[in-house]
Amino acid sequence: MIFPQKLAVVLHLRWYKTMQREKLVEVKDLKIHAKNDDGDIIPIVKGVSFDIHKGEVVALIGESGSGKTTISLAALSYTKPGLFFAGGELLIDGEDMLQAEPLRTREIRGAKVAYLAQSAAATFNPAITIGEQVTESAVLHGILSQSEANKRATELYHALELPDPDRIGFRYPHQVSGGQLQRLMAAMALCGKPDLMVLDEPTTALDVTTQIEVLKAFKKVIQDENSAAIYVTHDLAVVAQIADYIIVLYGGEVMEQGTAAEIINNPSHVYTQRLMAAVRPKPQAGLGSSVADEHEREIPAVKATDITAGYGGIIDGEPKIPILRDINVSVKNGHVVGVIGESGCGKSTLARVMAGLLPQSRGTIELDNEELEGDLRNRNLEQLQKIQFVFQMADTALNPKQVIGDIIGRPLEFYHGLKGNARHAKVVEILEMVELPAEFASRYPMELSGGQKQRINMARSLAANPEVMLCDEVTSALDSIVGANVIKLLTTLRDKTGVSFVFISHDLSTVASFADEIVVLYAGRVVEQGPTDDVLTPPYHPYTRLLISSVPELRIGWLEDTMQKREMAVGIAKDVEITSVGCPFFNRCPMGIEGTCEKQTPPVHKTDTDHQIACHRSIEELNMVEFEVQEALEHKKADEAIV
Amino acid sequence: MMTKMVLRRIAIGVATLVVVSVIVFVMTSILPGDVAQIILGQSATPETLAALRIELGMDKPGYIRYFQWLGNMATGDLGISKAGGATIESLISGRLGNTMVMSGLVAVISIPISIVLGLWAAMHPGALLDRAVTFGTLSLISVPEFFIATILVLILAVELHWLPSTAYLTGDETFAELLKALAMPLITLVIVVSAQMIRMTRAGILNVMSSPYIEMAILKGVPRRRIILRHAFFNAIGPIVNVIALNLAYLVSGVVVVETIFSYPGLAKLMIDGVQTRDLPLVQACAMIFCGAYVILILMADIASIMSNPRLRNPK
Repeated sequence: MIFPQKLAVVLHLRWYKTMQREKLVEVKDLKIHAKNDDGDIIPIVKGVSFDIHKGEVVALIGESGSGKTTISLAALSYTKPGLFFAGGELLIDGEDMLQAEPLRTREIRGAKVAYLAQSAAATFNPAITIGEQVTESAVLHGILSQSEANKRATELYHALELPDPDRIGFRYPHQVSGGQLQRLMAAMALCGKPDLMVLDEPTTALDVTTQIEVLKAFKKVIQDENSAAIYVTHDLAVVAQIADYIIVLYGGEVMEQGTAAEIINNPSHVYTQRLMAAVRPKPQAGLGSSVADEHEREIPAVKATDITAGYGGIIDGEPKIPILRDINVSVKNGHVVGVIGESGCGKSTLARVMAGLLPQSRGTIELDNEELEGDLRNRNLEQLQKIQFVFQMADTALNPKQVIGDIIGRPLEFYHGLKGNARHAKVVEILEMVELPAEFASRYPMELSGGQKQRINMARSLAANPEVMLCDEVTSALDSIVGANVIKLLTTLRDKTGVSFVFISHDLSTVASFADEIVVLYAGRVVEQGPTDDVLTPPYHPYTRLLISSVPELRIGWLEDTMQKREMAVGIAKDVEITSVGCPFFNRCPMGIEGTCEKQTPPVHKTDTDHQIACHRSIEELNMVEFEVQEALEHKKADEAIV
Repeated sequence: MMTKMVLRRIAIGVATLVVVSVIVFVMTSILPGDVAQIILGQSATPETLAALRIELGMDKPGYIRYFQWLGNMATGDLGISKAGGATIESLISGRLGNTMVMSGLVAVISIPISIVLGLWAAMHPGALLDRAVTFGTLSLISVPEFFIATILVLILAVELHWLPSTAYLTGDETFAELLKALAMPLITLVIVVSAQMIRMTRAGILNVMSSPYIEMAILKGVPRRRIILRHAFFNAIGPIVNVIALNLAYLVSGVVVVETIFSYPGLAKLMIDGVQTRDLPLVQACAMIFCGAYVILILMADIASIMSNPRLRNPK
């Protein structure tokens, strides 16, 4: 029980805080329903209430289906097709958005309330210059003249630390990187000086290093502009960096709300606690699994030696557009090998080469010590059966017109000749292995949830009874809790069947939580690889260090602390350059040696285990703790000054 | 990159023309019938037939005749009609002019109508006008053009006496007379080609309308008219231009039926006459002109869609 006096003090403090800031948005018992094809009404948002004050960032947090995006779009008087406002009020400056006439909604959108979407790459019109899109809304609404808007846009580009801010507006969306587009979208939202910004998962699709740079820019402009914001996300660690106030949603209802500090440090609702538990811990040693010995064999299941691969014509073993260069990776039986790197680093290409979808231009792939043909058309049935691919999007990988029984049954028939009852019995057995009931055999993929579809996707590969499963970003499209369950299943399968997994991901925390070994790819090269614990403890490759530092922590103030670090100052907000000579990481490396790193291919250091680091710096130098790196940097700077 | 792509398209176009020229030559060579026999009639003696064959160059091997023909064709010498002895150039030039006038007029009328109607329908999907347009164009596409032509003749010429039922040209009409003479085939052709272009414009725009960047434009408060004209149209140009090009090419070559019904002295009709009289040089020349028109129009459409793609126009 709380003492009455204490309660009074708490209430008074709340009241005081509220009075300091003017109320901008009042959501009262908001209800949004959906109508499906049969005409049934399904409640999506079931009476949600909260307030937003001027200059305040309010986070809506929850898994997919929690209604967070639907609520945030209501602030723009917008519903996705098939949804409608069923009750309640959403007042902005006292005006109800739910009742706004079509003409009025057009005045509100972009002027009073601005929207930032998840994927800037998809939300920028490819046929129109960035500048026109950024200024369009402000000019159309008559807030600014075209020349004023251009000026303001340029100021925003400067504030968002975009490269070449005076001319970036003349470029087309495909001419800038994903992280830059995401920041440009912030400029687009802010150009018309809105009172409220709605940010819908603006960093979810980004790599950690890009995410941190975008978060930093967002935080800065939100503070500078003193605009209020609704920040929609499923990622608590991100929320902790940017939100003042947090609302936890589940199934269209508010589970808990409070200040960021209250929720992060002292979550009271069970669901919030579950969300917190699903936040993956900082990648560190000791989380990866130790390998079960029973499946241990001398020879590796799959071994890639000196692989170079890419797209376009091949001349002298050199593809026109090289993606991978001199890759050596071996996958031991019953091991989980995590392949980690930013988008475009060649992770998926590596899996495609192993599967025979993209024949390598140089090097060899071996399966059980036997060399494989590069092209899968030349591989025999047994070789095909032993290497199976699990694609990222279960939605597109599963045939929507086939029932689950046929999807899983097909490889059983194709590889093992099972038919009729024998096939059905095996389908049920495999469904059991992926922890789904036998009735699913007669269902269509459409009837399943995202997590269930991903299980079927894996079951389909599993049905071939493979030796190696190549999993390409299989948890990336899933919510944290669902994703965690898929990972749990994956380790269970490994322990039960001895299948090896190549687990491709851009998310180091996920990989660190269960992989036996980690391969770090950068710009098509292996910069570091070895047992999980070795990769995640010093000595680090400088890129691994940058990756580890970039993973957000569930702690208020983490973003500011991290930005103080040296590797951040040097490594963030720079583009990946794919180079044919030297170390590709040179342009982002805090320890680069001018004259050596960009010209010579780095030597591979081996520590006593299988741990390898490709770097010009010695193991001792790589072992240095943070401040020593900084010191080395100071020296480097001083040296440069003398030169 | 764009120049390279355009050059590649042009090269493909030229290659297509060469392949087609071989096919045209071979096909017309194996057509049954003997020109010499037709020219001289049933009473000709074997000696005169043989002499005429040598005169026409028909004794030489096929590939030599092909290269001669191709060379002449490339230099503008289309040869001499085997039936009648006039130069093919003189036979074609007037007819080609007529066909060009007709296709040009149809294009000038139908393209703006199609794009405006297509955009309009796309702007109000599900509205009365949209449904009328969708239903109307679908019905028109499914009906053969001779049926449309016949109905038009029945109504406009036979019943109402507004327009002449034939489009025979004497060559010295005033512009007004020309328009009146051409009105019937024009209306028929505009209806036939517009239907498809309207549908494609509408479909192209609506396809783009489901993109995330259109939703973004809506959430920026951009009016629907501007969303369609500025945000959607430029991304839908590629497919629309291609359908326009295909329809224009159809106009140049495929209007035989319409020309026949209205006795319009166009190129297609000339070609049919050529086939009937076994006039191989004439048939070959017409076929090459049709093929050339196709290739050029498709090439222009390809170049237009390359130009409308900002990724190709502005490389990184």
